[in-house]
Amino acid sequence: MAEQRRHFSAADIPGFGLTAMAVFVALYLPIVTLVVYSFNASASVAEWGGLSLDWYRKAAGNAEVLNATANSLIIASLAALFSTTLATLAALGTTRRAPFRGMTAVYAAINQPLMVPEIVTAVALLVVTAALKQATGYTGLGYLVMAHTAFCIPFAYLPIRARLEGMDLSFETAAADLYASDWQVFRHVTLPLLLPGILAGAMLAFVTSLDDVVITEFIKSPGQDTLPTYMLGQLRRAMTPDVNAISSMLMGVTILMLFAFFLLTRKKA
Amino acid sequence: MAGASDILTIRSTRRAWALVTPALIVLALAAIGPLLVVLVYSFLTAGEYGGVEWTFSTDGWFKVLFERDIFDDTLTLADAHLTIFWRSVSLSLVTTVLTFLAGFPTAWFIATRAPQQRAFWLFLITIPFWTNLLVRTFAINQVIRNEGLLNTALLSLGVISQPLQMTYTQGALLIGMVYVYLPLMVLPLYAALERFDPRLLEAGYDLYASRWQVLTRIILPISRPGIVAGSILVFVPCLGAYVTPRILGGGKMMMLGNFIELQFGQGRNWPLGAALSIVLLVIVTLALLVYVRTLSRENRHG
Amino acid sequence: MKKTIAAIALLLGSTGIASAEGELFLYNWGNYTSPDLIKKFEEKYDVKVTITDFDSNDTALAKIEAGGAGFDLAVPSAGFVGIYAEKGLIQKLDHARLPNIKNIAPEWVDVAWDKGREYSIPWQWGSTGVSVNTKDYSGDINTSSIFMDPPAELQGKINVIPEMGDVMALATMWAGGDVCSEDPEVMKKVRDALMAAKPKWMSMDYSTVEKMTNHDYAATVDWNGSGLRSRLANPDVKWGFPKEGYGLWMDNVVLLSDAKNVDNAYLFMDFIMDPENAAMLSAFARYANGISGSEAFMPADMKDAPELVPPAEFANLGQFVTVCTGKALEYQNAIWTELQK
Repeated sequence: MAEQRRHFSAADIPGFGLTAMAVFVALYLPIVTLVVYSFNASASVAEWGGLSLDWYRKAAGNAEVLNATANSLIIASLAALFSTTLATLAALGTTRRAPFRGMTAVYAAINQPLMVPEIVTAVALLVVTAALKQATGYTGLGYLVMAHTAFCIPFAYLPIRARLEGMDLSFETAAADLYASDWQVFRHVTLPLLLPGILAGAMLAFVTSLDDVVITEFIKSPGQDTLPTYMLGQLRRAMTPDVNAISSMLMGVTILMLFAFFLLTRKKA
Repeated sequence: MAGASDILTIRSTRRAWALVTPALIVLALAAIGPLLVVLVYSFLTAGEYGGVEWTFSTDGWFKVLFERDIFDDTLTLADAHLTIFWRSVSLSLVTTVLTFLAGFPTAWFIATRAPQQRAFWLFLITIPFWTNLLVRTFAINQVIRNEGLLNTALLSLGVISQPLQMTYTQGALLIGMVYVYLPLMVLPLYAALERFDPRLLEAGYDLYASRWQVLTRIILPISRPGIVAGSILVFVPCLGAYVTPRILGGGKMMMLGNFIELQFGQGRNWPLGAALSIVLLVIVTLALLVYVRTLSRENRHG
Repeated sequence: MKKTIAAIALLLGSTGIASAEGELFLYNWGNYTSPDLIKKFEEKYDVKVTITDFDSNDTALAKIEAGGAGFDLAVPSAGFVGIYAEKGLIQKLDHARLPNIKNIAPEWVDVAWDKGREYSIPWQWGSTGVSVNTKDYSGDINTSSIFMDPPAELQGKINVIPEMGDVMALATMWAGGDVCSEDPEVMKKVRDALMAAKPKWMSMDYSTVEKMTNHDYAATVDWNGSGLRSRLANPDVKWGFPKEGYGLWMDNVVLLSDAKNVDNAYLFMDFIMDPENAAMLSAFARYANGISGSEAFMPADMKDAPELVPPAEFANLGQFVTVCTGKALEYQNAIWTELQK
């Protein structure tokens, strides 16, 4: 404990703590507004008409919204899982080694989805998936998961790479010196050290997938609206607050899950 | 760093490719391959009702930079395109700098919490992003509008006497972009800072005396990989941003993403849209390559 | 691990091609289809209806043209019906299977984009005009000058919807031309007026109902259904039919060539031409429907809404917003880009 206090004092760069708090407040201002207005009795998203659960009831009774929520979560989870796995492998292959022939090209390829506006990938993918759908007859969520995985890769890759770069090698070398197999070194030494990077990457991939509108809009099959495409369709007709209700609910569930997670891990510790 | 361990740094190139290939396959199928379609489209003729007709044409490329005046047919530089281009680049740069200024102290704050608390703060950063981009952007609009939370608070505190017109201004657009891209800066920074050994700091503190020197001579150099990753993750998607400028800019401040979208939508000029996207891609790739090259050179020297 | 893989496979496979029995796939504008009507249809015919949203005619056309989209029915705007037909994307309707087709109001049968309703049936129709808060401005609101040459009282509080076709149509009619004008004189006037007016606008945005209601905007270019909703929420808001000419549009249901559930599609098309059901559509979307006899079933606040049906003196001033091509599109693109840059 004493050690910690000293470490904190050294870390206490003037203004940093304050800036961080300001950032957290700014981050949550719109979110609080969103949650508050999801309990609004008035149909308008701007005018306060008293407390009510109407929008939750409406959202719960709206099959289209529920279906869109489910699609969003399924696609984002799978895309985060796949892209983080692929990105971790790729990061292990491209960091902490002498550059190999073609490494710059690989690096550019991995980051390519970042560099192209969504609409461009969307139009191109429309042509490709339409041909595939006609040829195979398969119209499931696979296309969306695949596309989301691809554009989530750089978002997962960069934090993992940032973590790997300059990660202390002495533990791994020591383990290898003790005749641990490559897999054992990775599983018991590299992976635990890498975990914060993987976690950051997976979270980025997940929220990136949740946000996607344009690519999804172009390649979705019937019934595959996600929350963003559902909202995009509403843009011209003014938003109804049922999406606020769904978003608030999603956040509530997240917070509950986190809370449970912390309670469980604390018990273990 | 090379030489620290032969086992882990100088692995066979084959191993490296084996690790990279799965990601490359997915990218080739769903990101790079489709780009070839776009390249082909940029050399075709615009279809009357959108799409393309299969006749070769360089019209799309020509129109990226030049326009024939619609009234007197004189050839001029496409002034509107340049305005949009310049706005996209400058706004993206400013956004990157602002997210760094806000994100670095935040990432530092999280990284210096007690280890068991860090995950909590990290999640706190990401929770707002569980709502989707459109919801978030509308929520920001809600906060900054004339009768919104911010104006009401400022008014009741007596800071201002008239509500500030913030919606549909360049400032609103910037606020929105910084908000939207902030976690893309914080998370990589955190990943880089988290492995930071506080003992280094204390040693440095003894050595350099001033906190500012500790910051610029120890902390910033060590967090460089995170800064690089964060800047790329913010700057590049910013350039092609679509939803935020459309909603917060009030439709009067088009950015490249919107302009390209217009060509594939109501403008019905797919070849021009395709050509514009490739121009964007080439510029970003060149910038990235220069960036990576300089970095790896520095690494070798360091 | 095996369980996880199995679960993923299930998720990916579950929404794969389903058997065609008892299903119908509708591709429509977002937030435009009455959920009550769908429920009623599903219960009556035991057919599961899946609605998928699009946000623009251009996206919808691109997707359907690419093929394999998997929809049975789509709801394009008037100007696009001809394009779908020309490209062979939709099939001719068998009127014998649509007994309710007799309910289409006479003026909506021989329409310019589909003579005799060979390919399409009405969904909803409306007009494009201006909504003005009469507290801010008491002058004549039946004019496009509200946004083309804004009166001093409204300046800085005007919104224009970011919809190229609709706005350019209003602007060219205001300048004395037709929709899709190729006359350089007219288009020059359009450009100069728009560029001069732009600094007096607040925004180009869609969220008009909310912002007209809470008085963030004093005036906006809008669709009449939104005008109606704004007025119901804030009685100071009035709808204007521009006397220089206002835009007309109709969205139509078409049967796609590669539809797999043709029988259910016919059932659905016939179902929505029943006056009572057509009124349900209108009650939700807040536009008129083109079906005779539906007035009787309309909600009270829509029965004699001044926004929905143009008064006699303006009745002939509306022009259908068609899909411009060639030189006209070139003009519009250049002006629109300059306007939004």
